[in-house]
Amino acid sequence: MYLGRVTGRLVATVQYEGLEGVKLQLLETLDEDGEPTGDQLVAACALDVGPGDLVHYIDGREAALALPDETFVPVDVAITGFVEQAHVKGTLLDLDAGGAS
Amino acid sequence: MLIGEVVGSVVSTQKDEQLASFKLLVVQVRNHANEPRDQYVVAVDAVGAGPGDLVLYATGSSARQTIQTKDKPCDAVVMAIVDSWDVGGANVYEKWSE
Repeated sequence: MYLGRVTGRLVATVQYEGLEGVKLQLLETLDEDGEPTGDQLVAACALDVGPGDLVHYIDGREAALALPDETFVPVDVAITGFVEQAHVKGTLLDLDAGGAS
Repeated sequence: MLIGEVVGSVVSTQKDEQLASFKLLVVQVRNHANEPRDQYVVAVDAVGAGPGDLVLYATGSSARQTIQTKDKPCDAVVMAIVDSWDVGGANVYEKWSE
């Protein structure tokens, strides 16, 4: 799993069957210092997140397992939870910096 | 998943027989500001997308998580057609705006 920040949301009514009701969020990925890496992803999400929220996310085939109902779906990024605090190399990350909200 | 625009399709009559009947789309990747990136992928269509559509595609082993592509040699699948998205509360793309 990795760290990310929610930057927005995406709407798609035509989706592969089984994805109905799954929310899609835009993410920017963060490095281990909490700085944006420049990568932007779209993640499936079962949690109630919004722009500016710090999250951890999973990628690859296991991402579908983070969804509440149907897990045989073509999803390769999913948000797995909120980040309240993160300590890296003995220091507390300043995760409020650079928020989208 | 990544956002991309369907910019073309691939016709291939001689291919791995497990790929028979697949519709192959050429997808140009977009960033979240809706600007084209210097990156593209050939993806199997699982939702009926067409030229000009902005779509989401999944890659890697996740691309085999559809009935059509299960256990097939496929590493990218178009799994949604994008209607709209916004960043930080500001609308970036709206399919039905014109």
